[in-house]
Amino acid sequence: MEARVIGEVCRREGGKVLAGLIRRFGDIGLAEDLLQDAYARALERWPRDGLPDNPAGWLTTVARNRGLDILRRAARTLDDSSAVLARLEAEPPQERQEGQLDDDRLRLIFVCCHPALHPRAQSALALRTLCGLSTREIARAFCESEATTAQRLVRAKRKIGEARIPFVIPVESELPGRIAIVLQVIYLVFNEGYAATEGARLVRLDLCKEAIRLGRLMRELMPVDAEVRGLLALMLLTHARGAARVSNVGELLTLEQQDRSLWDQDAIREGLAILDEALALRRPGPYQIQAAIAALHSKAARAMDTDWPQIAALYGALLRHLPTPVVRMNAAVAHGMASGPREGLRALEHLSDMEGSHYLHAARAAFHLRLGDTHTASASYVHAAGLAGNEVERAWLLARARAAQGDCAHRPAPRRAMRPAS
Amino acid sequence: MEYMILIYADEQLYSDMPEADLAALMAEYGRYAQEMEAAGVLRGGSELAPVHAATTVRLRGGKVVCSDGPFAETKEQLGGYMLIECDNLDEAIKWAARCPSAAQGSIELRPLVHNG
Repeated sequence: MEARVIGEVCRREGGKVLAGLIRRFGDIGLAEDLLQDAYARALERWPRDGLPDNPAGWLTTVARNRGLDILRRAARTLDDSSAVLARLEAEPPQERQEGQLDDDRLRLIFVCCHPALHPRAQSALALRTLCGLSTREIARAFCESEATTAQRLVRAKRKIGEARIPFVIPVESELPGRIAIVLQVIYLVFNEGYAATEGARLVRLDLCKEAIRLGRLMRELMPVDAEVRGLLALMLLTHARGAARVSNVGELLTLEQQDRSLWDQDAIREGLAILDEALALRRPGPYQIQAAIAALHSKAARAMDTDWPQIAALYGALLRHLPTPVVRMNAAVAHGMASGPREGLRALEHLSDMEGSHYLHAARAAFHLRLGDTHTASASYVHAAGLAGNEVERAWLLARARAAQGDCAHRPAPRRAMRPAS
Repeated sequence: MEYMILIYADEQLYSDMPEADLAALMAEYGRYAQEMEAAGVLRGGSELAPVHAATTVRLRGGKVVCSDGPFAETKEQLGGYMLIECDNLDEAIKWAARCPSAAQGSIELRPLVHNG
């Protein structure tokens, strides 16, 4: 058996095993060390003895026994560890049911996404413990130095221990609020991957995949929560367009420009099915609405087939849940796409708190272009480019500005874009 | 009359201190406490865990809002303290959120350090 295969198995099973070790030993740092030791033993033993039937159980037993040794030795000098030791020694040696392992992972998600931890630490810790990413991989994904990420992780683990953040599934009355934070953390990881705000690479697909993995895990662990499914559907439907989003020379492509044959139809089918499951639970929420919007885009064979009136209506519903400037702007754009560019520009007027966003100026530019006002369109694109934080987006906006000018030179203005916005 | 002594100092100073100096400082604190005890003035006291273990709790619009780290605004002043004993941070947050001042002010939760 190759080391690579063992690595894959360990990574797949690692989150489960780690969660169980944290429950047993009550110390994330110790649990991580024990798991690393168990991986080393697996690399030694598995090539010789073959892959065990239950790799997670094997890793757990090895790590647990090693942990017991350490605690027994420590117990001779400190009675601090004796309570943990007594509990562990009373535990049946055979690995427990799968259900217990799932509960442990769920507890671990809630610990990682505890509101008393810094938001950045929440996602770093989830990626580290549940997805098995290395500190270096997390640092790269968040565009920060390895030292910063390492520091963040150490602090978070110390805080969990010192402030005694409990390894439990929150009680019923607190569950909705706590699930909301978990979903927010997962979506943040996804968005970090999907649209890096700085730097040249637009889509860091690895991070998107990890977020989807966490989303799947949440669906498995909390099957009755509609928003958990809503988020998973939203991520799948969005991620399905990833390959079409950037041209082969690295330019950003809008939904209108994308080659829809590149969309991942399997992911779309799965996303749509999960969205249906979510809607059947009849507990609407913002993730489900956003997934429904993504679904309407996915269902349009061509950009001009997009059901904009329906999308505009969904944005209206979304605004009731999430009255943020960004949602207001998207609602205004959808309204314009459904009702015509003049309507769109009017709706975009009342968004003064978005003036610093390149998205607002790009949206205005697009409507001006539809109205045939190429001069204003070009100026708005240039203005937007000055505000963009991402190289790919900046280059795209400048190209649009030049293209708008080109339109001006070749076909001077009137009425050209007065056809219904589609 | 009861008074509360609030001890402010740069944490870094202590974490960077050589072991021997730290032990000397602790011994000095021990003597200080003994003298207070002998004089019959001491009601209680403890070292607090470093600020990285702190959580700030606020109640805004009826919702509990937690944030990582100590309370850092300067426009509010320390106005009181409660010492509570709970199983874990979630329970402590629940009590912090019920504090009448949580709705306007900020409640900082800091674990106490237990030596031995």
